[in-house]
Formats: sequence, structure tokens, C-alpha cells
Amino acid sequence: MDNIFSYVFMRRAFLVAAVIAAVAPCIGVPVVMKRLSAIGDAASHSALAGIALGLVLNSNPVIAKILPINPVLGGVLFAVIAVLGIEFFRTRFGRFSELAAVVVMSAGIGLTAIFSGFITSGSSNLSSFLFGSIVAISDFELYLTLGLGAAVIVVSMLLYKELFYISFDETAAMLSGVPVKTINFVLMVLTAVTVSVAARIVGALMISSLLVIPVAAAMMIAKSYKQTMVLSVVFAEIFTIAGLFASYYLDWRPGGTIVILGVVVLIAVMLLSKKNKS
Amino acid sequence: MLMTVNNMKEILKVDDLCFDYPDISLLRDVSFTVHEGDFLGIIGANGAGKSTLIKLILGLLKKDSGEIRLFTDKIGYVPQKANSFNTDFPATVREVVMANLYKSVGLFKRYKKTDEEKMKNALKRVGLEGYENRMIGKLSGGQQQRVFIARALIAEPELLLMDEPTVGVDAQSVHAIMKLAAELNKQGIAIVMTNHDTPTLVKAANKLLIFCEHGNSEYVARADLTMEQISEIFAGGRAHNHG
Repeated sequence: MDNIFSYVFMRRAFLVAAVIAAVAPCIGVPVVMKRLSAIGDAASHSALAGIALGLVLNSNPVIAKILPINPVLGGVLFAVIAVLGIEFFRTRFGRFSELAAVVVMSAGIGLTAIFSGFITSGSSNLSSFLFGSIVAISDFELYLTLGLGAAVIVVSMLLYKELFYISFDETAAMLSGVPVKTINFVLMVLTAVTVSVAARIVGALMISSLLVIPVAAAMMIAKSYKQTMVLSVVFAEIFTIAGLFASYYLDWRPGGTIVILGVVVLIAVMLLSKKNKS
Repeated sequence: MLMTVNNMKEILKVDDLCFDYPDISLLRDVSFTVHEGDFLGIIGANGAGKSTLIKLILGLLKKDSGEIRLFTDKIGYVPQKANSFNTDFPATVREVVMANLYKSVGLFKRYKKTDEEKMKNALKRVGLEGYENRMIGKLSGGQQQRVFIARALIAEPELLLMDEPTVGVDAQSVHAIMKLAAELNKQGIAIVMTNHDTPTLVKAANKLLIFCEHGNSEYVARADLTMEQISEIFAGGRAHNHG
């Protein structure tokens, strides 16, 4: 068996995966607690449209020379527009506000389908963003992930008590002076950034799983919000690191391996915690 | 409508307040004043506008006309338990109570050691000493409601708005919560409470705001009316002058 860390791309993949695993629960916990899990899906599918547009522009040699856009950056831009769009639709749907995420997700899928028809430099590029890839991480994407990942962690730690309060009781938080609208907006933008940078390794179709599954597993055993946060990070790190090892030695796609490992661990935790309760 | 004249500081003054939902006419010219040390009970049938009035005072709804003047920014709010939180939310009593220190702690800042003492003191005041590490969702309905009272108390309110605080709790807890509200009132906190349990609220309050059947409201300065007299007002009769 060869040494997995003898390859530069694998060392890079582990570094990026470890950062994403730390970042995803920071956003995943408040998103799940606020029952906004669908936003992860809407943002990731919209990010995919941005990625596809980036690939279209890159595949044109003239445009690529004048305006070289990294697809991940395109993903970040589209995901941010998507979460703003969700907020726009949410207020207009009244009590059916959950429709907003579905509408935005549909637009994201539609745009992805249209843009994918114009990618001329090989469809495997888009496929690597759909299902994740560990061999394709460029220097720029590495630094982008590290930079944006660090920013997300710092902001979510600075807003820890505010995010807790608006997740637990938005009305009480507002009455005590928490700038609820601003914090919700920041949470949405952080979600958009997280899903976009994670799309490269986990895949846009599966990144929302990384937001949700570690949190779901942590909730089975945690006895406080703080414990839920810590355990979610631990679970996410286990899923991604073990998933990368498995994907390398089994020659499976990393995103799928990470998510399936997460689901298996979640079911195991569910069964064990049920046993403990009875 | 009756008004009392006393030397106590005004905490809340509502004048000619009107509010309608799109298809429902609800509050018509509601007027009352809450002074320091008052316990105002708001009674009326379901859908009469009791909780709406609390929301208007808190600024959660926008009034159609009239005046709501608050003379303090130290306002505590105790919501209806059933509507206020998801019992599967993984939060400890400590986390829930300390969250309401936001105003004094501020954006981006962390809690101090003294905040931990404030939290323990608030729990002690509601009889839940030592409960800080328990998960709120695992407590009984009455205990959960006392946690929400502690959450309000940690911000040291001068006015405590309690919206149906005894809904969904057992009889023993109803008694404990009403006793606690009376104690807090004695300690100088003005209380405005809605409650579907009219006799219990009438007993605790020194002022009543009664939403009558015909959509009007009557403000009664002293709650020493008999239940028959209250029923008479409730049915649309004039308020008795006890001021």
C-alpha cells in the first residue's frame, strides 16, 4: 500500500478538507437550529451555476485572457446572490416562506443546465464540482479556501452568542437588542461562502449534507448548544478525513464517500443513543 | 375608563390605542397606565386582543393609532411557553438565561465571570437553583416557564410583560408561577400579565384591563371587584368606580 501523503495533491486535499470540516458546522449548527437546512441546498445549487458560468468563460480563450475568473469565485458570487434572493422571496411568500429556497434552488439548477451546454473545455470539469474532486485543487483554490474558511470561523465565533440567541428564540433576541436582521444576513452570506468553497472537494450536490449530517449526529448526544457545536466539528472532521482515506484506497469519489460515511455514522449514533436512553 | 392618581413613577402609558388585523377589528381606544409597583391583569375572551396588546407594547406589531409610551428601557418579556421554543433544541438552562444579557454584554463580546453569578442569582429567584446545566427541553412545563422568567429577570427589568405564563403547565406550577409573579411585584417590578384563568389573575392584580364582549375595554383601577361585577363588565357593562 503506497503512502497517501507522498502526493502533494493528497496533502493539499487533507488540508482543505480539514478546514471545510471545521467551517461547515460553524454555519451548519445555527442553520439546522433555525430549520433553514434547505438554504444550504439552494446556495450550493446556485453556486454550481456560478461555477458553470466560470467554466464557460474560462473555456473561451479570448475571455479567459481578458477576464480570468476562477470557477469557485463565480460560485461564491452566485451563492451570495442566491441567499439574497431567498430573503427577497421569503418576505413575499408569507407563511409559505419555505418556497423561497425551492424557487432559488430551481433557478440555480436551471442556470447550471443552460451554462453547462456552453462549456467547451470538457464536461469533466463541471462533474468534478458536482461530485467533488481531490486532484483538482489549484493553488488559488487552496488559498481561497483557507482565507474564506478562516474568515467564516472567526465571524461565527465572534457572533457565537448572537447566533445562539436568534436560533433559540428570535423574538426574545430582537427584544434584547440583538440586530436580528443583520445577523441573519451575515449567516446567509457565511452559508453561501461555505458551500461555494466546499463544493470543490465535497461536491455541490453534497455540501449541504456536510452542513447537516454532523449536526444531526451531534444533536443525538449533545447536552448543550456548545457541545453540539464542538461535537459537530469532531464528527465533520472524522467524516471528511476518514472519507478521504477511504476514497483514496477504494478509488471512490471523495464527496460521495464522505457523505455516505457520515450517514452510516449518524445511523450508528442514533441507534446507540436510543439504546442509552432506554 | 378610570384613572388613578398617585405619586408613583409611570412605567407605561397607553392612550386611545387602536389596532386591527386585516379582516378583524380588535383593539378600540384602549387606554391605561402602569405605575411602579403595579400589577396589571389583562383579562378577556380568547381572541379579544390580550396577546396582541402585549406585542404592540413590545413593538412586535405596529399600532394603527393612539400612543404607547414606555418610561423605561428595562423591559422583561415572558412568552407563552408553547409558542416560544422547540423542546428538542439542545440548550442548557445556563445558555438560555445568559443569552438575555446581550444588552449589557454587547455585540462580539464574551460573557464575564460576574455574568455567571447573575445567571445563578436569577435562577435562585425563580426557585431553580442548581438547574443551570440541565437541558431546558427536558424540564417540566412549569420549570421551563420559570426558566423564561429567570431569563427576563437577569436583565433586571422594571416592567415585566407576561403573556399567558400559566398556559400548558400543571395546577401546582400555576400556583408557583402566580406566587412568584406576586413576589417579584413586591420586590418592585411592575407586572403586566394576560391570563385565561380570570379568578387567579384578579386575585393577584391591583389593576385590571378587561376586554369586553363588544370589542370595548374597561380599565379598572383596583381589583377588588367581585367575580359577578367583573362578569358584568366583561359582558359590556360600565366599569365600577373604585379609583
